[in-house]
Amino acid sequence: MTRDARSLHRVAGKLALGLTTFAVFVIGWEVAVRALGIPKIVLPPPSAVVVAFWEDLREGELHWHLAVTLYEILAGFLVGSVGGLLLGFVIGLSPLLERIFYPYVVAFQTVPKVAIAPIIVVWFGYGVASKVVITATIAFFPLLANTIMGLRAAPQDQVEMLVSCTATRWQVFRMVRLLQALPYIFVGLDVAIVLSVIGAIVGEFVGAKAGLGYLILQKNFNFDMAGTFGILIILSAIGVGLHALIGLAQRRVVFWMDMAGERVMGA
Amino acid sequence: MRPFVSTSLRRPPSAVADRADDGECLVRIAGLEKIYRSKDGSDIHALADINLDIQSAELISIVGPSGCGKTTLLKILAGILERSAGEVVMQGRRLRGPSRAIGVVFQTPVLLPWRTVLGNVMVPVEVQRRDRAEFEARARQLIATVGLSGFETKYPHELSGGMQQRVGICRALVHDPSFLLMDEPFGALDAMTREALNEELLRIWSASRKTILLVTHSIAEAVYLADRVVVMTPRPGRIVDIIFIDLPRPRTLAVQNTGEFGRFVARIRRHFSAAGSVDS
Repeated sequence: MTRDARSLHRVAGKLALGLTTFAVFVIGWEVAVRALGIPKIVLPPPSAVVVAFWEDLREGELHWHLAVTLYEILAGFLVGSVGGLLLGFVIGLSPLLERIFYPYVVAFQTVPKVAIAPIIVVWFGYGVASKVVITATIAFFPLLANTIMGLRAAPQDQVEMLVSCTATRWQVFRMVRLLQALPYIFVGLDVAIVLSVIGAIVGEFVGAKAGLGYLILQKNFNFDMAGTFGILIILSAIGVGLHALIGLAQRRVVFWMDMAGERVMGA
Repeated sequence: MRPFVSTSLRRPPSAVADRADDGECLVRIAGLEKIYRSKDGSDIHALADINLDIQSAELISIVGPSGCGKTTLLKILAGILERSAGEVVMQGRRLRGPSRAIGVVFQTPVLLPWRTVLGNVMVPVEVQRRDRAEFEARARQLIATVGLSGFETKYPHELSGGMQQRVGICRALVHDPSFLLMDEPFGALDAMTREALNEELLRIWSASRKTILLVTHSIAEAVYLADRVVVMTPRPGRIVDIIFIDLPRPRTLAVQNTGEFGRFVARIRRHFSAAGSVDS
């Protein structure tokens, strides 16, 4: 068997295992709910979730809420991660600025963002702006921490090799430090994108006029448990999809990590 | 004990017959000291009063047990470590920091994993902003010289350890430095690869007439390759002997079986009978 055929075989096997597990889980859930006579408002069977989901889709209102939440997630992720990246570079490249800024950064990080969400809603209103800000504060730290760590990850021997060929500080940064930081930055992006989904929903829980989090609250008030589950499925699909996109970008940009069989684990 | 100063030791005629530029001093190391301050505040005397004159086109090996400061000396010459006292003069100019006229081969290949073989060899050219087209031709030629033709677009992880170190040698030579520093370049390789690379090194050296300073912990390797062997001992790191190796060139591996070769090895090993941490 060729290498391609073998890897295709492996992917197919993984997929088959995943689908089988999923099918067993869903069927088991359906059977258990029916057999035990669990009320729909406590735990709806999968069939009811699918029906509720389908009706939501047909009504068309779901699209609007989905668009709002996606916008909050992506805008917040963008603002927070770019901010974390920039401050990470500033701190990672200047020991003085690190001593000045880092204690405040850590102090800020130890405050639960959920606790400051109400304040942010007061400041930025019930619209999307407050959700973007809350999401940004959550997406900020993974990028900051990983960028700082990544900039320190350059092996001493690579730096010495460049210095021995008369490289300037800027050349050492451009030719080694930046590239060695990339795998860490991608770990940060991956953590940040998943946290961004949480940030947007938390923001909507605190006070919102639209969005999937707002919709969940509404459905909960109406005891529409099946509809709530339907939205949870959308949320997890968003998370998985965005995580996969980051993974795709990572494999393209940091191509040498995969080839060399190296991996930077999360932080 | 005061170390030998090489100016007092003239090379025997047999070894210089094929040297046009003999006697021209390329690098002069005078009174070099290195003192490390350790964390508990005590000083470690890594190098003590190192004096050495290196002739142009000479191949010198430095041999000594680990901790004798041979790598420290090399790093100071490469400009990646500050010296505590003394000076290094190269071609009449005091050396401060790294020099474009020096190439360094490290203990490990130190290749950048995101660059191809050619990209790695071109690193010094890019750093020193030399003419890319001109030096790319030279890089390809060097890659061919070490037998890596066809591997120009491969990435380091696709190469064996020996091939990676060959790339490291090409990188050290690409900007045509007059002085090549090698820090136990083949130490991490298996014996067979090591012998092959020693052959290659001799071939490159005799073709290019570069001045080479090679650090090794193998006495046999030091004697086999060098015009002179500098013997160092630790605590503090200093030169205790400098030995002319007047074995005829070109040398083949068979020379290692001669009695003369054995006498050189024995003379060097006597310095370490107390230290006992150097392999032959």
